[in-house]
Amino acid sequence: MAAQHDWLTEHGDFLYRFALARLRDPHLAEDAVQDTLLAAMQNQGFAGKSAPRTWLTGILKHKIIDIIRKQSREQVVEDLGEDLPDEAGMDDFFADDQRHWADKPQAWGAPQDELEQKQFLQVLQECMNRLPTKLAQLFMLREVHETDNEEICKELDISTTNAWVMLYRARMNLRKCLELNWLGS
Amino acid sequence: MLSCKQASQLISQSLDRRLSLRERLALRLHLLICDVCERFRQQLLLLRDMVHKLRCHAEQDADVQLTAAARQRIAARLEHSPKPESGSY
Repeated sequence: MAAQHDWLTEHGDFLYRFALARLRDPHLAEDAVQDTLLAAMQNQGFAGKSAPRTWLTGILKHKIIDIIRKQSREQVVEDLGEDLPDEAGMDDFFADDQRHWADKPQAWGAPQDELEQKQFLQVLQECMNRLPTKLAQLFMLREVHETDNEEICKELDISTTNAWVMLYRARMNLRKCLELNWLGS
Repeated sequence: MLSCKQASQLISQSLDRRLSLRERLALRLHLLICDVCERFRQQLLLLRDMVHKLRCHAEQDADVQLTAAARQRIAARLEHSPKPESGSY
């Protein structure tokens, strides 16, 4: 039974980083690693078919979606009414006629060098942290997990139209947050 | 003619689905005359690009490791999990 200890030793940190980049919560990321290694142990027969890391990462992706789905179910009760994917809160971005920008996107420079990029990523991280949980998770599933929309909707039990609206809200909020906090050249 | 609000919604959706020909043409026309929406579009593209970079950095940051406690806990949990069927390896 040495194999799973080797997996933990050799791939544990890699899997943890992979999970943390997507779940953004150390405890959830640890859970995801544990669930993955447990599932891997139960299915060792499949292990030989690809490199262990590739195989383990494949399992981990599913575990991450499981965790996000479980969380979004739990949140439904707490967030009811607050995070409904209507356009509440979006009106501020547009003028009273609901046609023109009330708050025109200002120009901000793309990061020019490595240092600026590092600073930009720090601000972006902060802005992601400020998104409402449900929006952040959907946005992460879409942009970070590279899951396609239909799959997301199936996993999280929302309609595709709602997903578009929610992703729009996430992007509008992130863009605004970057505008306020990123002082690019 | 699209309003800026409609244009911004289509710009976002173009990152999530393939727009219809009609939508693409309407959007292109709007972007030709509206600098603000064109700027918005470029910022969303940059945002997507940077979110990917953020993920890559997070995945490669060697300073981020399982804590010793977490590692021990997981090892103990694996130790006590049911053994797989014999013959599976």
